Amino acid sequence: MMKKLWELYVSFFKIGILTFGGGLAMLPMLKREVVDKYKWTTEEEMLDIYAIGQCTPGIIAVNTATYIGFQQAGVLGGIIATLGEVTPSIIIILLIASALKEYMDTPVLLHAFAGIRVVVCALMLDTVVMMARKGIKDKIGVFLFLAAFLLATFSPIPTALVIVLAAVFGVIYARFRSKKGGDRS
Amino acid sequence: MIYLHLFYEFFKIGLFSVGGGMATIPFLLDLTTRYDWFTTGEFGNMVAISQSTPGPVGINMATYAGFQAAGISGSLLATLSLVLPALVIIMVIAKFMKNFSDNPIVKAAFDGIRPTVAALILYAVLELCKISLFTVTGTTYIPAYANIIICIVFFGLLQMKQLKRIHPLVWILAGAILGVVFKL
Repeated sequence: MMKKLWELYVSFFKIGILTFGGGLAMLPMLKREVVDKYKWTTEEEMLDIYAIGQCTPGIIAVNTATYIGFQQAGVLGGIIATLGEVTPSIIIILLIASALKEYMDTPVLLHAFAGIRVVVCALMLDTVVMMARKGIKDKIGVFLFLAAFLLATFSPIPTALVIVLAAVFGVIYARFRSKKGGDRS
Repeated sequence: MIYLHLFYEFFKIGLFSVGGGMATIPFLLDLTTRYDWFTTGEFGNMVAISQSTPGPVGINMATYAGFQAAGISGSLLATLSLVLPALVIIMVIAKFMKNFSDNPIVKAAFDGIRPTVAALILYAVLELCKISLFTVTGTTYIPAYANIIICIVFFGLLQMKQLKRIHPLVWILAGAILGVVFKL
């Protein structure tokens, strides 16, 4: 049992440190560790687990780690795999953040970060375009996109509530559409 | 007291951000309006660093935000609070609902969530653009033309198929160099 927990921690630590940016980029590394090396799961099941991670709350990479850890060694396994996945982030970010706190006032860094923020705007706009392309499939999608944008811009409704409303809307709309489809046939 | 707030806020973010690390961005931006943990400008730096270091972006950002708010203990608390809701939810699903992602209700809910999250992130990104591409004095925004041109050029470059595989870190380093050279 101890050996299994240790293996879970180490392999998700490795996956965490080698997945720059998370998301789909982690899949090759995930496959190498959990499918090829330890045979904890098959490639198909791994993709299913990844899909579950995508449509549940939280960070996808962490959700995948929790799922596989739990499958292998119960609640403790889930916790250990999750901790393994987040440990590299915590160490690296803490090192960078404390170093920057010390030197952030130097003019070179201030200019560098002003430039970085400009590029981050471009990078994030690019990500939003990609997400919108993938997520908006029909007129209803366009409507939800516009409605959510207007709500975020002009109303004090909390972000969490907007997301819950969108989920409820999606379910009700699907019901409504399947009923209409049923009548026609 | 700050620890209680950190726990509450990051637990909430973990519970409601569906669709990965980027989905936490609107929530993190919202924190800047309600707490003095970090400014919008610092938030921009956090996003940049989180995108260019190893590890899931969402975890990196939570760790960074927690550190800004309350040092090392704050970073640990923020990250653990962020993963706690999913930890419980995933274990329940793994035990009882293996076909969760094929469930028609889940699929329908997600069809509603996806365009919405994209819009919420767009809103947050535009807020970041406002402070990165304009000089803010009080309530007036004066366009910083060099910044705007650089942003448009980079966005254009990012749309080119041949450049899609370039890692964000490379773009971010290029931004740092331009920032120093042009004294942005």
